[in-house]
Amino acid sequence: MAQFRLPRNSRIQKGKHFASASGASRVRQFAVYRYDPDSGENPRVDTYDVDLDSCGPMVLDALIKIKNDIDPTLTFRRSCREGICGSCAMNIDGGNTLACTRAIEDSGGTVKIYPLPHMAVVKDLVPDLTNFYAQYASIKPWLQTRTPPPPDRERLQSKEDQELIDEPSACILCACCSTSCPSYWWNSDRYLGPAALLAAYRWLVDSRDEATGERLDDLEDPFRLYRCHTIMNCTQSCPKGLNPAKAIAETKKMLASRNH
Amino acid sequence: MSLRTPLGRVLGLGSAKDGTGHWWAQRVSAAALVLLGLWFAVALTGLPLGKHDAVVGFIGAPLNAVLLILLAATLAYHSFLGVQVVIEDYVHAHGAKVLLLTLSRFAHILLAVASIYAILRIGIAA
Repeated sequence: MAQFRLPRNSRIQKGKHFASASGASRVRQFAVYRYDPDSGENPRVDTYDVDLDSCGPMVLDALIKIKNDIDPTLTFRRSCREGICGSCAMNIDGGNTLACTRAIEDSGGTVKIYPLPHMAVVKDLVPDLTNFYAQYASIKPWLQTRTPPPPDRERLQSKEDQELIDEPSACILCACCSTSCPSYWWNSDRYLGPAALLAAYRWLVDSRDEATGERLDDLEDPFRLYRCHTIMNCTQSCPKGLNPAKAIAETKKMLASRNH
Repeated sequence: MSLRTPLGRVLGLGSAKDGTGHWWAQRVSAAALVLLGLWFAVALTGLPLGKHDAVVGFIGAPLNAVLLILLAATLAYHSFLGVQVVIEDYVHAHGAKVLLLTLSRFAHILLAVASIYAILRIGIAA
């Protein structure tokens, strides 16, 4: 039957408040989703008061400060802190983005931080991306050819052809787009999602690849590709400014052009 | 609990190699509905809907009857394609999904046939 409430173990409770030390001048509050599956307790939202005078400008700086100085139990992924590794993707103020490229000042008041939506949570802000990565692997993200490479040099590509793969190659697989997509929320077991489809498109338009037909065969499926209903949350959320929605539309056009 | 690998689960039963026809048909029927809908809207504005004889006479005109039948058939077809997407999106139990898809198909065909029968009956009697 239809469920109108979240399952018991998903209902979020009020958490602890960590007040800032006295004497702090520019205090900003951070509301952070906390969940520890080992504790057997429901998720909660803890609030932390952070003194911005002793903190870097980005949301990730605040999270690192909270973990270092206030609450070492807070768990999140981060690495490069400059928007190229994709580790710190999370939901900040209702939108998926990278904590490292999101300025604290972009939030009006309390900064609300949740894990990427509709994913199983491993702990706190760490979602389980196993299925997401398997979907990326399933589109065979590597060059497939039948012609052997020239013996004396690499496979050549014209400047115009290179520009076709320029943008789709810039995807960092942070999963902001896929986890913002309602179609992916409801059908991620069968729908590949915008990130994997953008990666598939990157190989479809690679002038050196010789498996375009097989790639299109693998994508042509009511669920793998056609669950995309052009909602375009993917393009709106992409922290790298890429356009997965357009790549998916182009893929549908390629498939249609095989019939005409 | 399944011990199948994540990649094995994603690859599943493989690609259905289908869906492009559905996607294209949705767009073509939408384009047809724009034209037929425009004609229908314009025709309705010039029709005295309170007068039974005038409406029957309108349906009785051959071109009107043909266009009305096309409108009813295209509408039912386009609606069937759309409802199919909604069911596939939101119904996840396989048995219930197949059952609903079949019922929706029956309902839309019934709707189309009933509409066409009504138009023909009125049109030919007029």
